[in-house]
Amino acid sequence: MTTVAKTTTPPGTRTAAPAAGTGQMWGRAGLYVFLTVLTIIWLLPVIAAFITSFRTMDEISINGFWSVPQQFTLSNFNEAWNQARVSRYLGNSFIITIPALIGMLFLSSLSAYALARYKFKLNLPIYFMFVAGTMLPFQILLLPVFRLTNALNLYNTHLALIIIHTAFQMGFCTFVLRNFMRTVPGEIFDAARVDGASEFRMFWQIMIPLSLPAMAALATLEFTWVFNDYLWAIILLQDDTLKPVTAGLATLRGQFNTNWPVITAGALIATLPTLIVFIFLQRYFIQGLTLGSGK
Amino acid sequence: MAAALQIKKPVVRRRINWTPYLFLLAPLALYFVWIIAPTFYTIYLSLTNWNGVDPVPGFVGLQNFERLFTKDRTFSEALLNNVRWLVVFITIPTTLGLGLAMIFNNEMRGGRWYKISFYSPLVMSLPVIGLIWGWVYHPRAGLLNGFLQAIGVSSPPGWLGDRELAIWAVIIAAVWRQVGYVMVLYLAGLKNIDPSFVDAARVDGANRWQLFRHVVLPLLAPVTTIIVVISIIDSLRAFDLVSIMTRGAQNTQVLANFMYIEAFNNYRMGYGAAIAVVLFAISLVFIGFYLSRVIRDELEY
Repeated sequence: MTTVAKTTTPPGTRTAAPAAGTGQMWGRAGLYVFLTVLTIIWLLPVIAAFITSFRTMDEISINGFWSVPQQFTLSNFNEAWNQARVSRYLGNSFIITIPALIGMLFLSSLSAYALARYKFKLNLPIYFMFVAGTMLPFQILLLPVFRLTNALNLYNTHLALIIIHTAFQMGFCTFVLRNFMRTVPGEIFDAARVDGASEFRMFWQIMIPLSLPAMAALATLEFTWVFNDYLWAIILLQDDTLKPVTAGLATLRGQFNTNWPVITAGALIATLPTLIVFIFLQRYFIQGLTLGSGK
Repeated sequence: MAAALQIKKPVVRRRINWTPYLFLLAPLALYFVWIIAPTFYTIYLSLTNWNGVDPVPGFVGLQNFERLFTKDRTFSEALLNNVRWLVVFITIPTTLGLGLAMIFNNEMRGGRWYKISFYSPLVMSLPVIGLIWGWVYHPRAGLLNGFLQAIGVSSPPGWLGDRELAIWAVIIAAVWRQVGYVMVLYLAGLKNIDPSFVDAARVDGANRWQLFRHVVLPLLAPVTTIIVVISIIDSLRAFDLVSIMTRGAQNTQVLANFMYIEAFNNYRMGYGAAIAVVLFAISLVFIGFYLSRVIRDELEY
């Protein structure tokens, strides 16, 4: 062992390397210490919520938050899940989010295809309209959409939320997909046209499969956006049993007014779906975030 | 086959090609009914005193706007708070996000986990963030005041219950979420920088600060512009945190929540519409700016 070490490292570098290395090493170590401290401070609110969710409010009220926990309990999660109906709210969130996601991806891939592949007079105006629409404040839509859902007997239904999310997010999805589809070389389609493929077949069998990576990134991002919507849910739903988890948490907050362990437990459970999506599809999530701003 | 193709082509060329419109039919119809028409309808409603019940809203001209701008204290409070939010949003998260992106742009062991920590708040819904921070700010048992008392502050502030501090407390929670977003965008921007620029400057003897100030920062300018626009739009949209944390009490009103309260709690829908129109008009300035850049890009293409 020692002979090998001696032969592989010449004596000259042996003395020089550690000297340069230690300076760099201390710099590195400093950076890591700094980042670790910063990260812990950054995540402190989440860590605090996590610790709180396993304690009882009585104990925190008496001894304060920074006391050493006397005992850990899972009852807060149980209470949030069952009594505060977080399980029900979470189910509603999925019932709203999944169809909206399918709807917006399908419809915006149609419009994106038209805008990316064809030259026609209204092409750019329509594209600019979609781009501008993505930045509208929701408040400019609230009253008419509220009135419209009432007129169509959709008020207080999940379908109302599915429609408004599909419609609103279509702008952003069209914007992203159109820019992606423009990078697909036209020759692929010329070959298919020679083979007699219809326009719709070219869309469905060539463009859609080629766009899947962009769609995956978009879907991941849109999932968190729609899942985390709160405003539309409180505008268009009245029954507590229909509410998604964001609006449900507001109810829970009122119901368990001062019982912070149950509130934090509910908040943590509510984050699980998007957290799981984020952990497993992180690459897509990050891609999605940068897609819209890339151009 | 070949004959059919030859007949087909000229026919398509001569007339208007309806194919793109067929693709656009369903998406555009949905978009017009649910997004475009409502935008104009709100502008109409802002000129009425609609209460949500009357079948035909009563026309009142510009009365709602007159009252907003001359008599309504809450409106000026909300406007001021939106400006505060906006100023903080375009400065603090942008600087912090850029700093973090500069650190994480270098390959480092475990860098991925640090990065995840900073952008994890992005996956939380704003109501969740509002609740978590509400607990941090809890006047007696919360993490923050518990800490302040432990280090000897005898009467720590009430945070969300304090008229002077409440809005800043809410904005801090918003910043906490925004930093990770800005960091992601800057990291993507840094990846796109051609390393030869950086190498060239290094060969010329530029130190780290000069490199950052005169090479990297100018190259990031387009990303910075987009981040500023996004930050402005987001700060005008601010609603969820205020609604969850204070409901607009303690001097924390913002336009979006003010509109919601007037329209859906007080049933002054015409008045609420007027607030929405003001919010829309402010947004329009920045939407216009962003759109002009998109248009420029398209025409250059």
